[in-house]
Amino acid sequence: MTEIREVSVDELRHLVSERALEGDTMLLNMGPQHPSTHGVLRLLLELDGEIVVSCVPDIGFLHTGVEKNMEAKTYQKAEVMTDRLDYLNPLGNNLTYCLAVEKLCEIDVPPRAQAIRVILAELTRLNSHLLWLGTSGLDLAAMSIFLYCMREREKILDIFEMVSGQRMMTTYIRPGGLWRDVPVEFEDAVSQFIDAFPRELDKYHALLDTNELFIERTRGISIITRDECVAYGITGPILRASGMAYDLRKALPYSGYEQYDFNIPTRTEGDIYARYAVRMDEMAESLKIIRQALNKLPFGPVRSNKRKFVPPPRSEIGTSMEALIHHFKLWTEGFSAPPGSVYVATESPRGELGVFLESDGGPKPYRVHFRTPTFANLQIMPILTRGHFVADVVAAIGSIDIVLGDADR
Amino acid sequence: MDGALILEWVLKSVFILLALTAGFAYLTLFERRMIARFQTRIGPNRAGPFGLLQPVADGIKLIFKEELIPASADKVIFILAPIITVIPSLIVTAVVPWGSVIRLGGRAIPLYLADINVALLYVMAVTSISVYGITLAGWSSNNKYATLGGLRSTAQMISYEIAMGFCFVVPVLLSGSLSLVDIVEKQRGLWYIFLQPGAAIILAITMYAEVNRAPFDMPEAEQELTAGYHSEYSGMKFALFFMAEYIKMIAVSMIFATLFLGGYLLPFQGWFEKLPVIGPIIPYLGPFVLLAKVIVLLFGFVWVRSTLPRIRYDRLMAFGWKILFPLSLLSVLVTAVVVLLVQ
Repeated sequence: MTEIREVSVDELRHLVSERALEGDTMLLNMGPQHPSTHGVLRLLLELDGEIVVSCVPDIGFLHTGVEKNMEAKTYQKAEVMTDRLDYLNPLGNNLTYCLAVEKLCEIDVPPRAQAIRVILAELTRLNSHLLWLGTSGLDLAAMSIFLYCMREREKILDIFEMVSGQRMMTTYIRPGGLWRDVPVEFEDAVSQFIDAFPRELDKYHALLDTNELFIERTRGISIITRDECVAYGITGPILRASGMAYDLRKALPYSGYEQYDFNIPTRTEGDIYARYAVRMDEMAESLKIIRQALNKLPFGPVRSNKRKFVPPPRSEIGTSMEALIHHFKLWTEGFSAPPGSVYVATESPRGELGVFLESDGGPKPYRVHFRTPTFANLQIMPILTRGHFVADVVAAIGSIDIVLGDADR
Repeated sequence: MDGALILEWVLKSVFILLALTAGFAYLTLFERRMIARFQTRIGPNRAGPFGLLQPVADGIKLIFKEELIPASADKVIFILAPIITVIPSLIVTAVVPWGSVIRLGGRAIPLYLADINVALLYVMAVTSISVYGITLAGWSSNNKYATLGGLRSTAQMISYEIAMGFCFVVPVLLSGSLSLVDIVEKQRGLWYIFLQPGAAIILAITMYAEVNRAPFDMPEAEQELTAGYHSEYSGMKFALFFMAEYIKMIAVSMIFATLFLGGYLLPFQGWFEKLPVIGPIIPYLGPFVLLAKVIVLLFGFVWVRSTLPRIRYDRLMAFGWKILFPLSLLSVLVTAVVVLLVQ
C-alpha cells in the first residue's frame, strides 16, 4: 500500500510565488474531482482572497496509453483506439487517422464516402459544440441550456447510431472509405435535423446573447491576444476568437472541403464571449456545409477497391476466391504500409488535430503520435486566469472546451 | 393570562413549525418538478403519486446517512453552525400574520402568533443571524472551498442588507407602523406594490440574495466551490442547511407578500366582505390567500434559478452598493416626501 503523506510547501516552491510560501496567499487544489474541471483536470490555484495569483494545470489523470497501444495493433484495429481519444469528436478522430493511413498507403476514397465523411464530421462538430455550450453554460450556473443542448445532441447521436450502430465509439470511417454505406433513412434524418436545428440555435442565442448576467460573466474575462495564441500553438475557436481566421478546412482542405461554401467566423476581442460567439457561428456554418454536402451527395461506392488495403464487400466473398483471400489476409495479418512517415491534420471542434504515423513497412504502425488540440490549448490556463476570480477560472476552463481524453491520451 | 391563551399560543407555534417544515419538504419537490418542466424533463415521479412521497424518501435517506465530522474541524462550531442557520429561519415567521382575527367557538382568535410593535426590526435582526451559521460552517469545516463559501456569504450580506433595510422602511412610512398586522390592514385599499413598485422590486432582488438563491447562490456555488460552505456536511446536518434555505425562501416570500402584496388580503377585500353569502367567510380565507401569494413568489425563485447564470460575488457587491443602495435610499426619500405632502 502506498503511503499517503502531506505535500510540503517546499515541493511546490518552483510553481508558486514567494507569498504562498509565507502563507500570505492560499493554495487551492482544484480537481481532479471537481464539478467544473470537465473530467479530471487538476489546477493548483494560488489565491489572494478570491483572486487567482497563479494557476498551474496538472494533466495526465486520464492517460490511457492510446498511442503506445496502437503500435501493437494492425492499422485497421488501431483505429478503434482513436474513438476514445477525444470522446466528443469520435468521427473526427476516425477521419484524421484514416486520412493519415490513406496518405501513407496512397489509398483513394470514392466521392460518396468523402461527402458522407464531411457530413458526419460536421455533425460531430455540432455534437461537440452543443456539449460545450451546455456544460459551459452550466459552469456559469445557467442550468436549463444544458438540457436544451443535450436534447439536440441526442438527435445527432441517434444519427450516429443509425449509420454505425454506436452512439459515441463509432469507428465508422475506415481507411479507404466507410465501414458500409449509410442506411436509406440517413438523408431524411440529417435533413430533418438541419431543418429543425436553426430554430434551436436561435433559442440558445436568445437565452444567452443579451443576458446581462451572462455578458457580465464573459465580456472582457480571460482575454488572450492573437500573438499569445500563435506563440502557444493555440488553434481552433480560441485562435479565431482572437482575430486570426485560421481553419484547416480552408487552409489545408481535406475530404473535399474545398467544394463547400462556408465562412470562418472570427472575433477580435479574445475573451470568453468572443469564444462563445465564434463557436455559435461555427454551428451555423456547419449546418451550411451539411446542407450543401447533402444536396449533392453523389451515388456510388463508399469504399476504395484497392483490395490490398480495403476489405472486399461481403457479397463478393461467397463468389470470388480472390476476395476471400483478401478478406482473410486483411483481418488476420492486416496490410503492410510502405515505410515512411506522414502527418495529417484536420480541424477538430477544438482546433488542429494531427496524426503522425511512422511505418517500418510492417502491418502495424511503428509510432503513432497525436497532436491534440486540448493539450496545446490547456497551456494558456495560467494566462487566462491570472488576476481573475475563482468564478472566472471555471468560466475560462469552459471556454477552452477541454476534453481530458484528448489532452492525456 | 389564562390557560386557554397559552394553549392557543402553543398550538399556533406548533402549527407554524409544522407548516414550515412540511412546506420545506414539499417546496423541494415543487422546485424539482418545476425545474424539470423548464428543462424538458419529468422530474421525480416514482415515489408515490406525482412523486409526492419523494420528500419523505429524501428525509429518510438523509437521516440514515452517516454523519461525518472532519478530523480537523472545530467540532463544537461545526455542529452548532447548522443549528444557528436553521433556527432563525424557523422563528422569523412568528410575526407574520396569516389572517385577521376570526371567531371560533365564541372566542376571538387572531391568526398570528405575535403582533409586536417592532415586528420589522425583529425580522431584520433574526434573518441576519443565519449568515453567522453559514460563515461559521465555512470556517469550522477547515476546508478551503468551505472557507471561501463562508467568506462570500459575509461579503454578500453586507452588500444587500442595507438596501433591504431601506425597502422595509417604505411600507413603514406608508402605514405609519412597524407592526406587520397594521401594515397589512393599511393595504385594504391599495397594495403597496402599486404605491411604491420601485421599492418592491429592490426588495425582491435583495430577497434572492438573502436566501442565497440563484443568481446569488455564490456561497454554495456548485460549479466553483463544489458545495461551498456545506462541502463537509453530510446526513442530517446537511439537511438542516437545506431546510434553512428553503424555509427562508418561504419566510421571505411571506414577508414580501405581507409588505407589498397585501398579505392575507384578497384584492378588493372590502368589496368581497360586503357580499351577502360569502362575505362572512372571507376573513377565514386569510391563510389560503397568503399561501397563494407565497406560491407565486416561490415559483419566481424556481423560474429565476432555472434561467439565469450566477453573478460573480464582486459584481454583487458593486451592484448592492452602487445601484441598489442609492435606489432604495431614493425610494425612501420619495416615499417620505410624498407621505408628508399628503398629510
